[in-house]
Amino acid sequence: MASEALPSGGPPERVHGRRLFVIWAALTVVGVLLIVFVAGPHMPPGNFSQEARDQRHINILLAALAVPVLFGVWTCLAYIFTTFRQGEGELQDGPPVRGHPRLQVVWVVATAAIVLSLGAFGTEELLGSAKGAGGGQGPDPLAVPAGQKVQVQVIGQQWAWTFRYPAYGGVETSQLALPEGQTTELHVTSLDVSHSFWAIQLGVKADAIPGNDNVAFVTPRHTGSFEIRCAELCGLWHGHMHNTGVVMTQAGFAAWIKQQQAANAPATKTLPPYSTHYFPDPIRRAG
Amino acid sequence: MRPRRLVGFNLLSATLLGVGGYFLGHWVGTRLSAGMDSQIGTDQNDVAIFMGFLFALLGWLIGLGFFNYPLARMMGRPPSLREKEEAGSGRYFRLCTDHKVVGLQYFVTVLLFFMIAGLNAMFIRAELLTPNETLWNANQYLSLVSLHGTMMLMMTSAAILGPFGNYFVPIMIGARRMAFPRLEALSFWLVPPAGLILLSAVALGGFPTGWTGYAPLANEARAGMDAYIFAFGLIGLSMTIVGANMIATVLTMRAPGLTWNRLPIFVWGVLCTSMLMVLAAPVLFSTLAMLTLDRTADTSFFLASAGGSPFLWDNLFWFFGHPEVYILALPGFGVVLEILPVFARKPLWGYRLAVAGMVGVAVLSFMVWQHHLFVSGINADLRPFYMLTTELISIPTGFIFLNGLGTLWRGRIRFTVPMLFALAFFSNFLIGGLSGVFLSDVPSDVSTHGSYFVMAHFHYTIMGGLVFALFAATYYWLPKMTGLQFNEMLAKVHFWMMFVFFNFTFAPLFAAGMLGMPRRVSVYAPRLQGINIFVSSSAFLLGVSMLIFLINLVYSMVIARVPAEANPWASRGIEFQLPTPVPVTNFETTPVIQSDPYDYGVPDAVPVAALKPVAAPVVGGGST
Repeated sequence: MASEALPSGGPPERVHGRRLFVIWAALTVVGVLLIVFVAGPHMPPGNFSQEARDQRHINILLAALAVPVLFGVWTCLAYIFTTFRQGEGELQDGPPVRGHPRLQVVWVVATAAIVLSLGAFGTEELLGSAKGAGGGQGPDPLAVPAGQKVQVQVIGQQWAWTFRYPAYGGVETSQLALPEGQTTELHVTSLDVSHSFWAIQLGVKADAIPGNDNVAFVTPRHTGSFEIRCAELCGLWHGHMHNTGVVMTQAGFAAWIKQQQAANAPATKTLPPYSTHYFPDPIRRAG
Repeated sequence: MRPRRLVGFNLLSATLLGVGGYFLGHWVGTRLSAGMDSQIGTDQNDVAIFMGFLFALLGWLIGLGFFNYPLARMMGRPPSLREKEEAGSGRYFRLCTDHKVVGLQYFVTVLLFFMIAGLNAMFIRAELLTPNETLWNANQYLSLVSLHGTMMLMMTSAAILGPFGNYFVPIMIGARRMAFPRLEALSFWLVPPAGLILLSAVALGGFPTGWTGYAPLANEARAGMDAYIFAFGLIGLSMTIVGANMIATVLTMRAPGLTWNRLPIFVWGVLCTSMLMVLAAPVLFSTLAMLTLDRTADTSFFLASAGGSPFLWDNLFWFFGHPEVYILALPGFGVVLEILPVFARKPLWGYRLAVAGMVGVAVLSFMVWQHHLFVSGINADLRPFYMLTTELISIPTGFIFLNGLGTLWRGRIRFTVPMLFALAFFSNFLIGGLSGVFLSDVPSDVSTHGSYFVMAHFHYTIMGGLVFALFAATYYWLPKMTGLQFNEMLAKVHFWMMFVFFNFTFAPLFAAGMLGMPRRVSVYAPRLQGINIFVSSSAFLLGVSMLIFLINLVYSMVIARVPAEANPWASRGIEFQLPTPVPVTNFETTPVIQSDPYDYGVPDAVPVAALKPVAAPVVGGGST
């Protein structure tokens, strides 16, 4: 390479390159191992549902891919800072190199390859293996998990969540309960402004938009409770729009929903018929 | 100042006419809306408030004398050319068409509003020390969040193009002025009323939507929303004017010899940003106009219950909003790539790649907006497309990193304050970019969307990127603009505190977001209090570092006043070949550009420009 004959002092390019590579490779190996084996098992959103586990795997993979890039740039910067300094009180120019066509081509090809494979991988995960990954997919979901599904409608309004079970006479509850090990089909909508239904540990997020039926799927893997929060700014008490949901055994769920149907029967009669969306009265200015 | 000067067209008359205009407009609006049902039954009349803002703006512009020139021409009188005045500190408080005056006016104004928005951030962090509402009630907290976000977005749009673009682009291209000097002045004089009107939201009860202004929440919000709409609209107008003016200037006013591959890279950054501004800002303006109609004339563009759609707002807003974040990032790219060669004493490495990177980012930025709507339920089939386009942006962004590393490699690096800020830009923007990959990947975005992960991501790109580049530019160019040196010790303290506490503030927020903390809440899960206490403490120290900058600015520019050399950095940039202070006409005669400004290390390099060209100027040459 021509640059080795440059007037600037120091060892030739290939010595720098070898040192850089060794430092970078060592850091990357340690970093990736730490991400995968130490941080990985604790990576959010956890293992509560099939969808959460898929997201966790993707988060681990993306973090592990970020490590070589991060350490690549940091190692180069740190190496440059320690090696190519201007001496005290000096003002000398470096070599007038204006580029290196081969390196530039390699860089463009390498970044393009990484990016295209990321795009392909993400698409495969979204539509293939992860089946929508717990995200809202609109009224006609493209990625649908196989098997029987429990339907639950999630209705957002300022500032509370209501849950409606159309298969059980359209009963409405203020607490969300899901059966363990079975896929739930969530239909998220809103009565007033835009909200976003976020079941944190389940790895579900779907915006609640008035007039829209936003479908998301979730398959809880074990019983327990999870947090629900609104993730889209919806006005004054947005921060208070949280709730706790539970995943029950299938028998427990059957008993619970029967109890809800009985307790809420008078209220259920006065509700509007089940629909994928409801329009309340036109919004008037507050105040 | 003599009394005659006070009475003329200046800041004082503009303020008086602006305030008077508000009350006149309010009265007109009240009369106009007398029979409108939608305004009855509320204690705030939106028509009156909008008319108040409109008349206030007109009063402000009349008071500044923006109509003097066209009126005089229309009536066949010789126009007064007071806006071209060349001396005296009074011109900083008046309509002035000298691009160097406009640059300094922008600098001070943007800084002032930055401080207000930064103070809001401190108030927000103080509230988040506890997981419950303690310091502010819900409305005060949301208003603080909304004001912080909107003010920052409004001011960062102008942060580099305003002060440094206006001041240095004409000089760098060897021109004496911008293509449209009166429009240039107008673009600046729209910024103070925009900032003040936004602040007036406090008096109108605040507004609850954050800077994104999502409808239909914005339809039902109280009158503070009108202030958001009008102020953001003014900034949209100002951005469009700046963009058009910059494009015209760079396309038509370059000095002889300044070919496209000799153009300083900062000017390329400004040019790409300007392209984004003229294409994106009008969309913001029209979207806000629709919301105005919804709120005043009872239309229903965004109301699902009356045939409109909230998705219309989401799409239009992000069609502006995503290019907007590159409007913030691209000038930063330009600044750091302009500064690196000076302090590495090497030519910019891969000039064409850098230009390709900026153009590539600018083009792609219009094709990614629906990644803000991955879980919204709209066009779910298109998610793979937007995932791919979003990830593609990292290719041209990567070019900028290769340019940076290539320029530094085998350089003779001087760790001056501007260089430290430029280098920190790379570290911060890298983290911002890599976290963006998580958000672009749909399955990962499901858990991170709308959480503090997003908030940390864009603070890493905007504050870690743009604001660090802004300080690099300030320490690099302000001594040239004012002729006064900064105190270097205070500047270094500022840098190290800001760099350390910036990272301490925002890095933990990635974790907070992934663990389940939504944005814009004052009530969060108690299990996250530990992270938040750490973040708030770091944020306060980050605030202290800004205070140190302010102290340094006042101490260096007002008290100590140590004169700066004409070329303190031994830069080859043409702006540093001019005397300090830069003469009003910039150049005695039109300069002839002989090379790009990066010929470091080239033996017998010719000067970047022949400032007083002889009969037969040397064109070409330079890089051998």
